[in-house]
Amino acid sequence: MPTRERPLSPHLQVYKLHTKIAPVLSISHRITGMLMFVIGTLFVVYWLGAAAYGPESFASAQAVFGSPLGYLVLFGWTVVLMYHLCNGIRHLVWDAGHQVSIAGVRLTGMVMLAAVAALTALIWIVGLAVAL
Amino acid sequence: MSSGKSPTMRSALGVARGRGSAKTGAADHWFAERIGGIALVPLALWFVFGAVIGNAGVDHATFQAWMAQPLNATLMILFIVAAFHHGALGAIVVQEDYIHAPAVKHVTVLLTKLFAIAGGLFCTICVLTLAFGG
Repeated sequence: MPTRERPLSPHLQVYKLHTKIAPVLSISHRITGMLMFVIGTLFVVYWLGAAAYGPESFASAQAVFGSPLGYLVLFGWTVVLMYHLCNGIRHLVWDAGHQVSIAGVRLTGMVMLAAVAALTALIWIVGLAVAL
Repeated sequence: MSSGKSPTMRSALGVARGRGSAKTGAADHWFAERIGGIALVPLALWFVFGAVIGNAGVDHATFQAWMAQPLNATLMILFIVAAFHHGALGAIVVQEDYIHAPAVKHVTVLLTKLFAIAGGLFCTICVLTLAFGG
């Protein structure tokens, strides 16, 4: 039996990513997922670990996250998490067999981006109201 | 069903099985990733609003008392397990797609699993230490 070259997985170089929103939204799902798994988990490890090791380490962790740089990182983390969460729901809609069309991809993409912006804004309005 | 020079008795599904970048077990992996993803929608929103914003700037005693509430400890451990499991499943798919050298891929997939198990266990122990530490 002749062996053939197998098709390559989601290819990053052959598409004009800067002119099309669908592939950008698609690869962003993987990028945000990897960011959370590789870096985001470390923030959770640091926060819970600092708490488990006692009052001094927890106070310094709370100070790190409460600093201007900490807020900037947490804001970026909020966008990344909300993007992956909302786009994950978008994937579940497709998995259920809905909106599987070019028009559906564009419509759900716009709805997803609006939801990310709305949820991020809501989280920071509530968060700042509680923290300040 | 089949066309071309080499007719076959095998079904299209039989031909396609095992030829994706995951080789085997893709359907179970796919399903488990979605079960975790669905669970993480409410759990991640609880983590952001309940755990992080609810404990913004609090001192150690307040945080420990919060974690000592059984519902909070339960939800935190559920979030930790679901997040590390879902994250590992997703990261493994990405590696299967983009790492083409089998030896390298097997090592990074193994490291991914070890990272998820160690990270998830450490976070869980931290929650239990806080909840039962007194």
